[in-house]
Amino acid sequence: MKKTYLEFVVGLFLVLGILCLAYLSIEVARKEFFAVGGYDVQAMFSNCGSLRSGSPVTIAGVDIGRVENIRLEDYEAKVVLRVQSGIVLQRDVIASIKTKGLIGEVYVAISPGASTETIKPGGTIFNTEPAMDLESLISKFVQGTLAKPSL
Amino acid sequence: MYRWFSMLGAWFIARLGRLGKTGVFFAHSLLCSVTPPIKFERVVRQIWFVGWKSMLVICLTAVFTGMVLALQGYPTLRRVGSEAFLGPLVALSLIRELGPVLSALMVTGRAGSSIAAEIGVMRTNEQIDALELMGLNPLRYLVAPNLIACLVALPVLASVFNVIAIFGGYLVGVRLLGMHASTYFGEMSNYVEMSDIVGGIYKSMSFGVLIAWVCCYKGYYCRFGAQGVSAATTQAVVNTSALILVWDYFITSLVF
Repeated sequence: MKKTYLEFVVGLFLVLGILCLAYLSIEVARKEFFAVGGYDVQAMFSNCGSLRSGSPVTIAGVDIGRVENIRLEDYEAKVVLRVQSGIVLQRDVIASIKTKGLIGEVYVAISPGASTETIKPGGTIFNTEPAMDLESLISKFVQGTLAKPSL
Repeated sequence: MYRWFSMLGAWFIARLGRLGKTGVFFAHSLLCSVTPPIKFERVVRQIWFVGWKSMLVICLTAVFTGMVLALQGYPTLRRVGSEAFLGPLVALSLIRELGPVLSALMVTGRAGSSIAAEIGVMRTNEQIDALELMGLNPLRYLVAPNLIACLVALPVLASVFNVIAIFGGYLVGVRLLGMHASTYFGEMSNYVEMSDIVGGIYKSMSFGVLIAWVCCYKGYYCRFGAQGVSAATTQAVVNTSALILVWDYFITSLVF
């Protein structure tokens, strides 16, 4: 009786530990252990800033996917986006790299298009906007070479 | 002049010999814990003793560690206008550093001291000599189960510590200071990587081995009498705690 109780308690202890570890790795680190459904589209950026794989992809602020990987191709950043299945991207969508706040997280924002043609899985988004280079923008301000907004 | 020099040399050689003794002790116990027969009943008993009986103190320290992290971090982050990063601050400092280290220190104080005292009393009562006389290896009976149990129990305790402390941070950050729960948990999942969690687990496993090694060694070679046992217990706790913090620096530079 005493021995089975001991073994039960130790088993409970180990299960508790595994549950905590599972919570940490699934909820906190939010890693998908099972490949989520979705399809890949590519986009070429002249500058992808500090975007990294795993960064979110959004339409109208809603998460619709993740950055799968980033490679250099022809001196441009080739970014592969994994978009949830069921989300339809028109042929003339614009993908831009944006930052939440001044020093916040970097993500890919997609503005929907009006075309009736859609991008097939494995297709390419042609209209892209590179990451805003804050340092060069500020230095332009300081040196006064930035064009004044026409009033 | 020559006499001083030879005294210094003798002291150095004696120190080196002591260090070698701990190394041989560790190698022997490691060998005993990977070769059969392994005393599974004693391993289970030690996991219960080191792990389960430390749960309460781990939970208590964890919730307050998380709470104070949030309480200190929030005004500091607010000064630079980035209080949204409270979640990553709490989670990363816990998972990478505080969870493994603080749980190991608590286990040293609670279980390490009694491991050293238990083995020390057995040495004083000549029970260890009796085991040797019967042709049984005392390392296999006394040290190897502790080594395996600490290796298993410490990562479990560190994970429990992390989860409870993250919720402690939630209590203060969200409930008391009025952050949004979605900001706290959302930013956390953006910044915590799987490699952080795995690194923390490696860390607490190495701390487990360290605790079992030093505490068992101090008990095993304790001097006779009640004073010997008390000295061994004190030395075990102090040396283990100091070694955990020193080793923490080196393993951090290795793992992360």
